[in-house]
Amino acid sequence: MLRVAVDKQLRDFTFSVRVEVPDGVTAIVGASGSGKTTLLRLIAGLLRPDSGTVELTGRSLSNGRAFVPPFRRDIGFVFADYALFPHLSVAQNVGYGLRARRYPAGARRRRVRALLERFEIGSLGGEHPNELSSGQRQRVALARALAFEPKALLLDEPLSALDPQTRDRVRDELRAILAELTIPTLLVTHDEADRAAFSERVLRLSAGRIVQDGP
Amino acid sequence: MIRAAIAVASALLVAFIVLPLAGLVLHLEPRAFAAALATPSARNALRLSVVTTALSLGLTVAFGTPLAYALARGRFPGRRVVDAVVDLPIVVPPAVAGLALLLVFGRNGTLGPALHALGITLSFSTAAVVMAQVFVASPFYVRAARGGFTTVDRTLEAASETLGMGPLRTFAYVTVPLAAPALLGGLVLSWARALGEFGATIMFAGNLTGISQTLPLAVYLDLESGDVAGATALAVTLVALSLAIVIAVRALARD
Repeated sequence: MLRVAVDKQLRDFTFSVRVEVPDGVTAIVGASGSGKTTLLRLIAGLLRPDSGTVELTGRSLSNGRAFVPPFRRDIGFVFADYALFPHLSVAQNVGYGLRARRYPAGARRRRVRALLERFEIGSLGGEHPNELSSGQRQRVALARALAFEPKALLLDEPLSALDPQTRDRVRDELRAILAELTIPTLLVTHDEADRAAFSERVLRLSAGRIVQDGP
Repeated sequence: MIRAAIAVASALLVAFIVLPLAGLVLHLEPRAFAAALATPSARNALRLSVVTTALSLGLTVAFGTPLAYALARGRFPGRRVVDAVVDLPIVVPPAVAGLALLLVFGRNGTLGPALHALGITLSFSTAAVVMAQVFVASPFYVRAARGGFTTVDRTLEAASETLGMGPLRTFAYVTVPLAAPALLGGLVLSWARALGEFGATIMFAGNLTGISQTLPLAVYLDLESGDVAGATALAVTLVALSLAIVIAVRALARD
């Protein structure tokens, strides 16, 4: 369970959200500039709330006194443009979170190989991100965010970088992968087809507030 | 017509740069070259140049990298002023820099008595050579590094942090590798500027064999004393050193 109750003054409005996210996928929709990405960044610790609390499976990540930095939160984040490290190979990208946790090289290699196989990019481990299609990049980003077994997963417009043809296929793949996860998962999208595909529950944001919470 | 004018202008400037350098090499007599480099003062100058530029480069990286990062990323009051101040040594004449260093760090300078009380004499020492080099050369590195850090996509640094790397490791594994071409370019410029340093060095550190007589100062002294062959040999050594570093770094940067 992910519990969020945060306030933050932004340039155009005061962001103020109170929400509980159970295991499974919850979609976040809303016009651009409504605060969808801000919500993800507040949960990941990339933004500091002015006040309020963030709590993940009973652990307080942010409250009036303490603020856990992003690198100690164990929250997977898939960025809108995937943010793959261009100077690292696919395998190094996927293993990055394991390296951060000082996994021994052997264990790291085995885990990365297993992940690449699972995401059907087993032959791409030595490639660099600029040599991949956007669909492949998306899988690398997802594998990288899941490699260290995060306690929550945040996806910011994971399909927006794809062209319409690949989009349908990748959406099905992503849905299958996310369905297997048993962690709170927030997926930001502005596409109604995506929203319908991924989640029964939808949070609609407008000017930094939840204006709709339901199917 | 315009293309011809561009070609002529380009050719003239390139020729103007190449001709004197070629002239240096043409003036060189191989036997005199070996003999000139074998003299103790030439060896001292070469050793001193290598040691002091290595030290000044190390200091420039150690202090210039955090400064460049702060200028690229930080939002602090007076950032623009600091930015301008850092660039000042590039436009201040080296002789003025040397005089300024002498007036502050020299024995009778502002900080002289305090340093003397601590048993430290800076002027006319090897330390003074390094200080002069850092003063005139570090801005080249800081400028390039600042530009390099500015171009690194901050989302990549954010991604690194969400994956579990703290700020220092993120800097080492993401920011520095991605800024590496700019950092290397700045290093080369800064090192070359330090290697060629003359004006500030002779004002602040003097021209003492084995202590402050670097290669450019030795070239000057040889020429002053009428030893054109010796001056030419050292000058060619300087050019060869610079060229070797530039080529090596370009090869590294391509990988």
